[in-house]
Amino acid sequence: MTGAVLHDRIWRRFTPAERLARFAAYLAIVAAFVASLRTVEVIPEFLYDAPEQMADLLNRMWPADLAYYPAGVHAALVETLHIATLGTLFSIVLAVPVALLSARNITRSAALNWLGKLVLVSSRSVNSLVWALLFVAVFGPGALAGTLAIAFRSVGFVGKLLAEALEEAAPGPVEALRAAGAPPASVLLKGFWPQVQPAFWSVALFRWDINVRESAVLGLVGAGGIGLVLNSAMDLFQWDRVATALIAIFAVVIAAEVLVTQIRKRIL
Amino acid sequence: MPDGTLAGRPAPAGVAAAGAGRDAHPLVVRNLVKRYGAGRPEVLKGISLSFEPRGVVAIIGPSGTGKSTFIRCINRLVEPTSGEIRFMGRDIVSLGRQELRLVRRRIGMVFQEYNLVERLSVMENVLCGRLGYVPAWRAWLRRYPQADVEQAFDLLDMVGLGDFVHQRADSLSGGQRQRVGIARAVMQDPDLLLADEPTSSLDPKTSVEIMELLARVAEQRHVPVLVNIHDVTLARRFAGRIVGMSEGRVVYDGPPDGLEDEHLRAIYGGEDWLS
Repeated sequence: MTGAVLHDRIWRRFTPAERLARFAAYLAIVAAFVASLRTVEVIPEFLYDAPEQMADLLNRMWPADLAYYPAGVHAALVETLHIATLGTLFSIVLAVPVALLSARNITRSAALNWLGKLVLVSSRSVNSLVWALLFVAVFGPGALAGTLAIAFRSVGFVGKLLAEALEEAAPGPVEALRAAGAPPASVLLKGFWPQVQPAFWSVALFRWDINVRESAVLGLVGAGGIGLVLNSAMDLFQWDRVATALIAIFAVVIAAEVLVTQIRKRIL
Repeated sequence: MPDGTLAGRPAPAGVAAAGAGRDAHPLVVRNLVKRYGAGRPEVLKGISLSFEPRGVVAIIGPSGTGKSTFIRCINRLVEPTSGEIRFMGRDIVSLGRQELRLVRRRIGMVFQEYNLVERLSVMENVLCGRLGYVPAWRAWLRRYPQADVEQAFDLLDMVGLGDFVHQRADSLSGGQRQRVGIARAVMQDPDLLLADEPTSSLDPKTSVEIMELLARVAEQRHVPVLVNIHDVTLARRFAGRIVGMSEGRVVYDGPPDGLEDEHLRAIYGGEDWLS
């Protein structure tokens, strides 16, 4: 009798089956790590002289050719900002209807919700660079391809977060407006919009911040912006100019970060 | 029915047969049944009630007895399973979406959790009561008709919030929020006011003030008020008629004076709490 009581008082966080499963999971992670190391095929010789190579590269970059900035970098930098800003605006225009379609508390049809989510996932599953390659092929190289690439990649991001904000909106006020006989458009404008407004601006600013960084590399595939300058300077081994472009990108990203933080503080 | 139905009250069936009942009984409910999903138990087991064009009617009963479901069936925030709800002569249960929207404009509703749009100002929350009448683009641009704006100012004075017009709803206390909720409902120019536990989130003093306000709306604006409330004392004090519900049925229907301990036992069960 007492033995049974004692036995009942033993406590374990996990059952034996759970412990076995956890051990298997750890084992799988280690196995995956080892397997990927073998696939990467690290060449030891290259790994050993990496510090030397790095020092050499930095040596060639320094001092940066700052005189090149007005002539070769400035215009490309401004174009990068334009690509990021226009792309973000365009993505918001595209994302709002898709977000409304995928939010279950707004569109009461599982099939349409699914369609909206499919659009959002397809947008996100393709990298900006791949979108850029696609649009360069269609529209030719330049800023238009870059803008569309940024827009199409951002739709998934903005749309998903906006749809989540909509689904998290308090149902009470919305119910009150429906009970007052408000038409669907008015319910959206006065019931949902005030509730998702902070999230919306926060998502839009955050995406713009990301897009400034993403549009800086789009030039590598010919989609305009400062990446183009970076690419041609690298091809010509003009490492001091590469350094100038990198410093310019760094400065812009910092400036964007500061700006976004300030705006967010004001509106939230 | 175990007890309580008074002889003086006309039977709902007779009223409906007499035609639209537009003047005599703006709201007639017949044999209302609600179950949430097939095979689930019935929450409302055939409610039949008719309501006069004026006065406060309190529906009392323990929580989970279907009071809230009943009141929400009337404007179809909850879809009735079967039965008939005649409002101003029309059967609400059979209305299509667009017609339902137009009928809902004439039914104001006050909620337990106020359900204000927190980030909008007091004024705009009150104006939300006009959303059924005002086109969406006007609401979007905040170009409400001047008559609506003036009525909103008047109503805010009436509920004692004349100085809070430009404050955001989330800066108000519970009692103040409920006053805004009432102003919003009256703003609809309703033929019926539903109040779903309007005092349950408020302290006793504020609860009395809110009930006074609802009674005043009923009297001065000739709007019948149907209020769910679990506080028997408040119900007795402010309602001209009390409907007692228990387990999805009406077990008392009559004036507050006629409500005896035996009725309360039938409504709430037990008796220790009565002494």
